[in-house]
Amino acid sequence: MSKEMVNPRIAYGETLIELGKKHPNLVVLDADLSKSTKTIMFAKKYPNRFFEMGIAEANMISTAAGLASCGKIVFASTFAVFATGRVYDQIRMDVAYSNANVKIFATHGGISVGKDGASHQMIEDIALMRVLPNMMVFAPSDATQTRRIVECMASNYGPMYARVGRANAPLIYKKDDLKEVKIGKGIIIEDGDDISIIACGTMVDHALDARKLLLKEGIKTRVVDMYSIKPIDKKLILKCAKETNAIITTEEHSIIGGLGSVVSEILAEEECPCKFKRMGIRDIFCESGEPKDLFAKYGLSANHVVKTVKKMMK
Amino acid sequence: MNSHDDELIKKLNLTAVKIRKHIIEMLYRAKSGHPGGSLSAVDAIVTLYFHHMKHNPKKPGDPNRDRFILSKGHAAPTLYAVLAECGYFDLKELKRLREINCMLQGHPVSQHIPGVEASTGSLGHGLSFANGAALAGKLDKKKYNVYVMLGDGETDEGQIWEAASAASHYKLDNLTGMLDRNFLQIDGHTEDVLRLESVRERWSSFGWNVIEIDGHDMQQIANAFHGTDGHEKQPSMVILNTVKGKGVSFMENNVDFHGVPPNELEYKIAMEELDVLQRKLEDAQ
Ligand SMILES: Cc1ncc(C[n+]2csc(CCOP(=O)(O)OP(=O)(O)O)c2C)c(N)n1
Ligand SMILES: [Mg+2]
Repeated sequence: MSKEMVNPRIAYGETLIELGKKHPNLVVLDADLSKSTKTIMFAKKYPNRFFEMGIAEANMISTAAGLASCGKIVFASTFAVFATGRVYDQIRMDVAYSNANVKIFATHGGISVGKDGASHQMIEDIALMRVLPNMMVFAPSDATQTRRIVECMASNYGPMYARVGRANAPLIYKKDDLKEVKIGKGIIIEDGDDISIIACGTMVDHALDARKLLLKEGIKTRVVDMYSIKPIDKKLILKCAKETNAIITTEEHSIIGGLGSVVSEILAEEECPCKFKRMGIRDIFCESGEPKDLFAKYGLSANHVVKTVKKMMK
Repeated sequence: MNSHDDELIKKLNLTAVKIRKHIIEMLYRAKSGHPGGSLSAVDAIVTLYFHHMKHNPKKPGDPNRDRFILSKGHAAPTLYAVLAECGYFDLKELKRLREINCMLQGHPVSQHIPGVEASTGSLGHGLSFANGAALAGKLDKKKYNVYVMLGDGETDEGQIWEAASAASHYKLDNLTGMLDRNFLQIDGHTEDVLRLESVRERWSSFGWNVIEIDGHDMQQIANAFHGTDGHEKQPSMVILNTVKGKGVSFMENNVDFHGVPPNELEYKIAMEELDVLQRKLEDAQ
């Protein structure tokens, strides 16, 4: 059965337009990538509230903070590499330290960027953003959730970072399905009591595929969509540790500093030992290629999830 | 110059001496901080707050206020002393600069200090931040102006030139930059570290209205701001020709006093010199 595919970037563009109507003080900035990030959709609808900043990301972030200081809700978008690493100091000082109402919405996160190669495959952004005090971090798993997250970002105060991928993504939630998205909450999409797979972003879909394959062999996994990485749903993580035999985290990000790190930190500190395994990019730069080939080569396909679960069951 | 102006200039000069005394006092107590760039910045900032800007210390968050952003955040003592003298917070706070459990951080913080618009200290951000405030002013059709002070060494930073392009692209005529042109940074003379000249041509080639003045002459400073406020369709840059360490003889043009506070003897001499200057100004007709 083929899945319905929707691009989360388009969901972002459409949601910005809706939010533009709801919040007259919402403005959008982009750094010469509005056609890719889809902020162009907002720009066409609200040209006077869209600011093209050119290929000058540092200036974009600090300008966003200046606009926020005058009461604007500011969305700033570009690719995840440029939206975080390139402008880390600007985010640290002007957004996080200043607790500014700036929303950095990055597209092209992770290795599914594909053929552009490692220069454009951002696998450290969650780590970089989550260590900043005041900063909240989200990695939605599909277009529907992207909509809800973007709405949350606009209606709640504070510095926030969200990342989606470049590619079309299978719909996990139907358009009206998802009223439950809340900052600091995770969702159990499918329940099971053998092993919990805690995933974010594109890996939620791979985890769901893996679950189906494993069910055929009688293994019941619980799949958790942990779209809110900071703050994180600690209760839900501990619940998984207690109710299932093991936890696997999986993310399109380095195993260092991302979702896997957050979960392991919580498990270690809460003296809640359970078997635990991180799946992610294992501290290397990847390469050009089709997303599905990259997932296969770098250990993030549904099959890899299946294998990891089976190993943990032993 | 009429007599009204004379009075005003005298008042501003006296205020500037008072601020310089605060700075020396604060840095001596804190045993750390940046005297040179704090002292060179005094006169322009004093003119803004005590003469030129629309602002109300009782309403620091007034959406219609003029805004001043200190991009060269290491001159925080100047900003703090000016804000305290204006009444944004108690003068007593100055005594506890850089101490634990105190409001006045080593570099400006917008969140916790009334009157501070932007958190600075990492050089090169402030002009972009000011652009954001100026864009918001245009969008909201508000009348306020935005002023931002840059160090000359600070303009080594690439982000400054990103922001310079953007300000002229968006015709931010509600924005006035102030360049503290004291020719010194940390490693030495600006032209030896990384050549900046011709500063004037650089800014004008980026589409800015450029004015160059003596940055310690209150009359020239007041006139310059008056001029830039009225200038249309372009942002303005006021090049303030200044002396790093201005007002304390042994700190003037002395790169060693960029980030080193006065010791006890230096403190006494500096305060004496400033007292002499103060008396001279008070006696002058
Ligand atoms: C991004 C950044 N790099 C380095 C420093 C360290 N630093 C503090 S002051 C300074 C020199 C500044 O020179 P200038 O802008 O000319 O200031 P002024 O002479 O007015 O003190 C440097 C390099 C910093 N604060 N921020
Ligand atoms: Mg200098």
